[in-house]
Amino acid sequence: MRYAMVIDTLKCVGCSDCVVACQTENDVPIGYCRDWVVEAVAGKYPLVEIELRSERCNHCSNAPCVRCCPTGASHIVEGGIVLVTANECIGCGACIESCPYDARYTHPEGYVDKCTFCYHRVKKGELPACVSVCPTKCMYFGDLDDESSEVSELLKKRKHKVLAPEAGTKPNVYYLI
Amino acid sequence: MKEELFISGRNIPNVDPHLHIWHWPIPLYLFLGGLAAGILFFAALFTVLGKEDKVPGAIKYAPLVAPIAIVVGLVALMFDLTHVLYFWRLYTTIRLESPMSWGAWVLMAMTPISFLWAFIHLREVFPKLDWKLKWIYELESFFKPYKKLMAWALLPLSIVLGIYTGILLSAFNARPLWNNAILGPLFLTSGLSTGAAINILTAKSSYERHLFGKIDLLLITVELFFIIHMIMGYYSGPAVQREAVQLLMGGEFTVFFFVFIISMGLIFPAILEIFELMGAKVWAAIPAILVLIGGACLRFLMVDAGQITRYLY
Repeated sequence: MRYAMVIDTLKCVGCSDCVVACQTENDVPIGYCRDWVVEAVAGKYPLVEIELRSERCNHCSNAPCVRCCPTGASHIVEGGIVLVTANECIGCGACIESCPYDARYTHPEGYVDKCTFCYHRVKKGELPACVSVCPTKCMYFGDLDDESSEVSELLKKRKHKVLAPEAGTKPNVYYLI
Repeated sequence: MKEELFISGRNIPNVDPHLHIWHWPIPLYLFLGGLAAGILFFAALFTVLGKEDKVPGAIKYAPLVAPIAIVVGLVALMFDLTHVLYFWRLYTTIRLESPMSWGAWVLMAMTPISFLWAFIHLREVFPKLDWKLKWIYELESFFKPYKKLMAWALLPLSIVLGIYTGILLSAFNARPLWNNAILGPLFLTSGLSTGAAINILTAKSSYERHLFGKIDLLLITVELFFIIHMIMGYYSGPAVQREAVQLLMGGEFTVFFFVFIISMGLIFPAILEIFELMGAKVWAAIPAILVLIGGACLRFLMVDAGQITRYLY
């Protein structure tokens, strides 16, 4: 089992509903976020193009945060989801420094926090909060090891990319372009 | 790496704009850890070589600095942990892939040995010292015969401690300025060099002072070569590293790098040490103090500049 998220940048309108849904679902403290929307403009006038994408922890298959964690608080669970055990975390910041996506932050209570792919919902067979609320239905979640899953089909059909592939982390959040 | 014309970040005050989460305690600790490693390495080396009478400063006096440096460094480190009550979690596991886990365990072994080493030499440094309590004298005479054994243990431990201060940073490939293999050897050499500088300050004879002057000179030369290799490595590396090195070569840290580290911290003290070895009247403390300041500046520069470099946005 390998959970992955596929996000269609052509359908995303940048409404930030995913951000609010995550903050509500996971009780993210005010002033912090586990996911965010990036607006990237490229090219030269008049040939400019804009890409909107909702970003979060990439739940990398080769996760540098898990490798550098001195206590094992950062770990990988079933389906390749990267989690942090709060009462094993010493707040050293090594994982924050090791993440090329800057997906982690220090929770006001001291431990390091980040996106969990809503593991508590996924375990029950539900979708992550951000995916479930997306009004343009541009986000998909599923198992990449299952050839017939929606995410596998999308990646077979559509042109896609991952963020900072040169960092070698093998991310599991894909963007359709 | 900015390939886009314009890109919005997250605009969340507590996460962005900069993930500058390692503040002054980290470089201070890296400096003090390297310094303690350097001092204890030389003390152990000359003990193992059986040259105790020739370098009393390095074996008896300088190691008094080591436990103080380690303790101050550890307090600084604790200060930077945000979930500090759980620090004991470091010692419930051994994570071979994590440099920080290596560091925690090496310090666990080094700290008591550094205290013992200072303790068994304390009465030789301060002859008037009276412990008052009988059991302290007994403890002292119990540990004294194990000095050689401690020296043998300290040799590898101090090397690991010194090199780990650099590998701690170089293991993060998300920060391109840190992510180069030379950083470990560079910090080790710099740590040994600052250790030799303390030995110059505590030298008890001109023979000892000159010996550590020569050692320091050699280490400074090696350090300069490492720095040149490091810069060449960035330029021949991927785009993110070429961008990262701009911070040192023309960017905001250039003046600090060339003035405080390259010139004042390495080249100038090397020239002074050459003059001193040639017999000119140079106050030997000046190059030693410059080396110490330069060593601290190198840690502060690398930790601060490295955190700015990143892959996205």
